[in-house]
Amino acid sequence: MVQSIVPQIIKESVVNLIQKGERADGRALDQYREISLETGIIKKAEGSARVKIGKTQIVVGAKPQIGEPFPDTPNVGVLITNSELLPMAAPNFEAGPPNETSVELARVTDRCIREGEVLDLEKLVIIPGKKVWMIFLDLHIVDYDGNLMDAAVLGSLAALSNTKIPSTTIEGDEVVIDYEKMVPIPIKEQPLMCTLAKIGGELVADPSLEEDDVLDARISIGLRVDGSICAMQKGGSVPLTREEILKSIEIAQEKTKELRKSIPKE
Amino acid sequence: MLLIEDKQIVVPGEILAEGDFHSGRGTFKDADKVCSSLVGLVAVRDKKISVIPLQSKYIPKRGDVVIGKISDIRFSMWNLDINSPYSGILPAAEVFGKEKRELNRAFDVGDVLFLRVVDVDEVKKVKLGLKGRGLGKFRGGILIHITPTKVPRLIGKKGSMINMIKDQTKCEVVVGQNGVVWVKGKPEMERIVQKVIKTIEEEAHTSGLTDRIKNMLFELLGEKTEKTEKTNKEEDFEEELIQ
Amino acid sequence: MIIILTSKLIGNSNKGSLITSGTKKRPDDRAFDEMRPLKIEAGVLERADGSAYLEIGDNKVLAAVYGPRELHVRRLLKPNMAILRCRYNMAPFSVEDRKRPGPDRRSVEISKITTEALNPSVFLEKFPRSTIDIFIEVLQAEGGTRCAGISAASVALADAGIPMRDMVAACAAGKSDGQVIMDLSEWEDKEGEADLPIAMMPRTGDITLLQMDGHLTSDEFQQALDLAIKGCQIISEEQKNAIKNRYGD
Repeated sequence: MVQSIVPQIIKESVVNLIQKGERADGRALDQYREISLETGIIKKAEGSARVKIGKTQIVVGAKPQIGEPFPDTPNVGVLITNSELLPMAAPNFEAGPPNETSVELARVTDRCIREGEVLDLEKLVIIPGKKVWMIFLDLHIVDYDGNLMDAAVLGSLAALSNTKIPSTTIEGDEVVIDYEKMVPIPIKEQPLMCTLAKIGGELVADPSLEEDDVLDARISIGLRVDGSICAMQKGGSVPLTREEILKSIEIAQEKTKELRKSIPKE
Repeated sequence: MLLIEDKQIVVPGEILAEGDFHSGRGTFKDADKVCSSLVGLVAVRDKKISVIPLQSKYIPKRGDVVIGKISDIRFSMWNLDINSPYSGILPAAEVFGKEKRELNRAFDVGDVLFLRVVDVDEVKKVKLGLKGRGLGKFRGGILIHITPTKVPRLIGKKGSMINMIKDQTKCEVVVGQNGVVWVKGKPEMERIVQKVIKTIEEEAHTSGLTDRIKNMLFELLGEKTEKTEKTNKEEDFEEELIQ
Repeated sequence: MIIILTSKLIGNSNKGSLITSGTKKRPDDRAFDEMRPLKIEAGVLERADGSAYLEIGDNKVLAAVYGPRELHVRRLLKPNMAILRCRYNMAPFSVEDRKRPGPDRRSVEISKITTEALNPSVFLEKFPRSTIDIFIEVLQAEGGTRCAGISAASVALADAGIPMRDMVAACAAGKSDGQVIMDLSEWEDKEGEADLPIAMMPRTGDITLLQMDGHLTSDEFQQALDLAIKGCQIISEEQKNAIKNRYGD
């Protein structure tokens, strides 16, 4: 990915506005852009969602496959998260193997979903130590307009909540998969992520493309329904203070409550 | 035989006329047919048919004024992104004359400049210059991007549209022919100008735009301005666009 | 050992094809010359210079265009014209069995023939030394994604304001259950006797893509070709509507 050069005057105007408590698109500092979420949009995927935050758009698909568990965790199912920053999503995204940004996005999303215990991985075991469900979560980023992390987690949660897997029975040493009897995947928790950008010494929620380009530092916080923390990631090369981090958590706790309203009731 | 109406939206490959017609901008001839090569609005002037594109990239022409961003500093020149398939160069001599100085003392990567296209050679090397009134580096303000074909619409007949915006918002507005617009004023006014310009871009192909923009300005500015007299008529927008 | 009790594929689409054989109806109740439901939308993405979304049957395809833009790979540069580059890609979740991300031999071939199918339609000579990049993403595949991709890409090119001689439309015909048919579904493609995807510029009738696999007599080939051409004409009308709808005409 080629780094885009941000015009100096844009940087100044974004920073100046934020220091006055305003943003270029008219939002309050802690305000999200419009969010839209649709689920079940890909029939070929056992679970799917299309999420939009502002003009950022991600299509998420979840596909279960039967596989072997990892040797060190024989009694839990497997979750594999992968993301593609498609070259269609932005002029500076390039085709090819996942770059740092893409890998970070996939790993942070994975952490939030995994540690937030969205899936009851123990219930995905078919034959302990031998056969488990592996859930492949693929994030297809089709339009990049800032704040991928929050969209990725929201889309992943929605896709998983929408996922059905075929029921299995064991007859002798054979696994019988019944595609006629699809059952919802067991969902335990509903963590969400809230990203704040530090710009001009202030914290702003849901950074836009322009803000993502000029931010000094970024903090993404994954929170469960009860407000407890399940994942965090700091980005950007400017440090954060202890107070800023604690304040971020407070804001994120408020904001994830709002975000939660966009999740469709299954 | 004319197969379309004036101002109609057409698509690439659409046959516009058969027989004795001339192929203007945005069209091509196939035997005796004039066809559109673009998504755009048809403009019929006597026997000449043109299509004004609704979307396009800026192709540099000598004499144009453009807004560019310094993207790199080389040995004796700056490279500029001018929102075009062809990037521009600003030779050090344009700025320093014969004097030898460090380039980044004058302009650094990320600086935004108002420039003139001095020359475009056959290998599409775009030479830029700063000699002329108002040319140079911008300080402060914001940038707005519009599709370059809509620049004439933003300027309006004899500057009517852009002057109305400037007068009402008390902002400085500089329009590059490459679709980059620089605006500087009070931050809330800058944002109003941004909204208005985006509306002009979206609705450039519709009629009655000047009056709608005027109303929009009044609404956005609220009591900040007094209503002025209604403009006499909607200008013929193809005329502006074809120029 | 794993036993699959009900295959998803058979479960979904093999609805009594044997019963209908000999009649004009197909597994999904279409007539032999009937296309699946088609929907095209232009200008669906924010960042791309031009974009389009196309659904045909259960195919869901996104296309985006960037350019003409500066070409940084000097060895590809053409002094007298732009180059067209195309990348066809399938989302991992677009097919029954998850596809590994990244290009495989199939998608590389489709990218190449897509480039060649669109190339003759674009006035490349207007933008020497630049590149026009097309990205096609298959979000859901149900037979005929290459044609869907080409038709979507052409709308995206038009949406990006790229001058063209015509909008290329693509459609397949083929033979399944002994009958020559238009616009093969996934099942008809897999189980059928022949598949013939084409792309054309409808104004002149010039064919810019032609592939075939299977077995057809020359009479059947001609029938199939005519059906595919008819299909392209239907798609072409929808492409025009998609562009005009974008501007509220």
